[in-house]
Amino acid sequence: MPESPEPILEVRGVQKFFDGHQVLNDITLMVAPGETVVILGPSGCGKSTLLRVIIGEYAPDAGHVYMWGEDVCCAGTERLDKLRQRFGILFQSGALYSSMTVGENVALPLREHTDLDAKIVEMVVKMKLELVGLRDFENLMPSQISGGMRKRVGLARAIARDPQILFYDEPTAGLDPIATSVIDQLIIDLRTKLGVTSIVVTHDMKSALRIGDRIAMLYNGEFIAIGTPDDFRNPTDERVRQFVEGLPDGPIPLRVSKTDYVSDLFGIRKEDLA
Amino acid sequence: MTATSFVRLLERVGAQGEGLLAYLGGLGYLTLDVLKHTFVGLVTRPRIKTDETFFQMVRLGVRAVPIIFLVQLFVGMTLSFTLAPVLADYGQLDQLATVISKAVFPQLGPLLASVVLTGFAGAAIAAELGTMVVGEEIAALRTSAIHPIRFLVVPRVIACIFMTVALTVLANIVGTVGGGLIAYLVLDIDPWQYYHTAMEALVTKDVTTGLIKGGIFGFIIVIVSCYEGLSVTGGAGGVGRATTNSVVRSIFLIIAANCVFTALFYFVW
Repeated sequence: MPESPEPILEVRGVQKFFDGHQVLNDITLMVAPGETVVILGPSGCGKSTLLRVIIGEYAPDAGHVYMWGEDVCCAGTERLDKLRQRFGILFQSGALYSSMTVGENVALPLREHTDLDAKIVEMVVKMKLELVGLRDFENLMPSQISGGMRKRVGLARAIARDPQILFYDEPTAGLDPIATSVIDQLIIDLRTKLGVTSIVVTHDMKSALRIGDRIAMLYNGEFIAIGTPDDFRNPTDERVRQFVEGLPDGPIPLRVSKTDYVSDLFGIRKEDLA
Repeated sequence: MTATSFVRLLERVGAQGEGLLAYLGGLGYLTLDVLKHTFVGLVTRPRIKTDETFFQMVRLGVRAVPIIFLVQLFVGMTLSFTLAPVLADYGQLDQLATVISKAVFPQLGPLLASVVLTGFAGAAIAAELGTMVVGEEIAALRTSAIHPIRFLVVPRVIACIFMTVALTVLANIVGTVGGGLIAYLVLDIDPWQYYHTAMEALVTKDVTTGLIKGGIFGFIIVIVSCYEGLSVTGGAGGVGRATTNSVVRSIFLIIAANCVFTALFYFVW
């Protein structure tokens, strides 16, 4: 999908450090309205941190995030709350409110932010749960359903108010293949039928190729490739190829430890070993 | 002591002091946030969640009634057994009700009701909010533009303060009755005489200061436990630490506040 002259979401030069360690390095990304962008990368590469910076959970140490032209990082609580009412988030664990039933979880954003009649709210809850295949589960508590179901209820809650942008943090991790396809199809339907813009953080390659208009691969806090699914099917970058093909050996190491293994194991300094 | 060890000692004291100031600052900041959301919720939308407040009153307070009843009954009975021989030595056994009611209404009633409630409500709040932090529920609330302070903390604050005052009333009555029970059954003091002596001895100040202190202690319990719960880091271990800290720190602050307010009422009122 060609980039729109007025992106709905702009990430510009974002940097983030934790305890002096750089997690995000000069991240720039433009997302057009109605586009589905998949942020891909190995575990610990900074995907979830980037998502949290975008939604205003973490403040970036440098750079800016604009949503509908408004700077998320500089918005006060009230402005940020207004922006947050226009987007939805599916957390990795589903993040359902454990003291509420499935139905109450989905109804909460509607009850808090709208004046809708209780009957209408009930109807919307049923509709959203039907979309994720979990109608009839309204009265169960989150502890009574499986992890995959919790995630689907989390998605029903995220789309309860028909947001214009949806963020997904690992939407298909831990789901069975059929539930994965249901979620993937739902993301595609939300874009094609309602024009919802989606930003999906995942390491599920199959899912990324299926749903993404564009895919951005994050490695060591930097985007090493941004392209269409076709670009990722035939990658030129060796790191991308290793990730896409799931190869154990390649430029992306399995071990991320920075200290010397032998000296760490025996508690002696490297110089003494020599 | 060498200069280096003295500097180290100063550094350690400084770090502890900094930690304490940061903690108290955190409690103060949370208090301001709670006050803001309470007053805003009284006049504009989104309103204070009344259904949640009543639910928390039952959960935190009503369920503590039996345990507070028993604790205060035993405390009152113990007071009777302890004070009776001393008063009898001075020929003042008929003043037993005076001493017990003067000890229970302004001091032991609010203090013990709050300490029991700390274990009952404080630990529950810290564990619940801590688990919500670990399960990303708080993050989910915030990113849904639902402020956790308004949604979770304000109902608990109102419920806990209200219920501590209510339980102080219960503790005061049961504690004095417990003392009267022993006075009647063991010491042969007429119940009506015990009742009238207690009523004559008690002045408005005794009752009012006890209730004010009950409210303040309830506020300490709920603010400390909410702060501990919302500050959880590090998974299940963090939740356990927050629960322990909320009980230990609340009890310490309650006893310290009791001393300060008793002194204040002594000099001012």
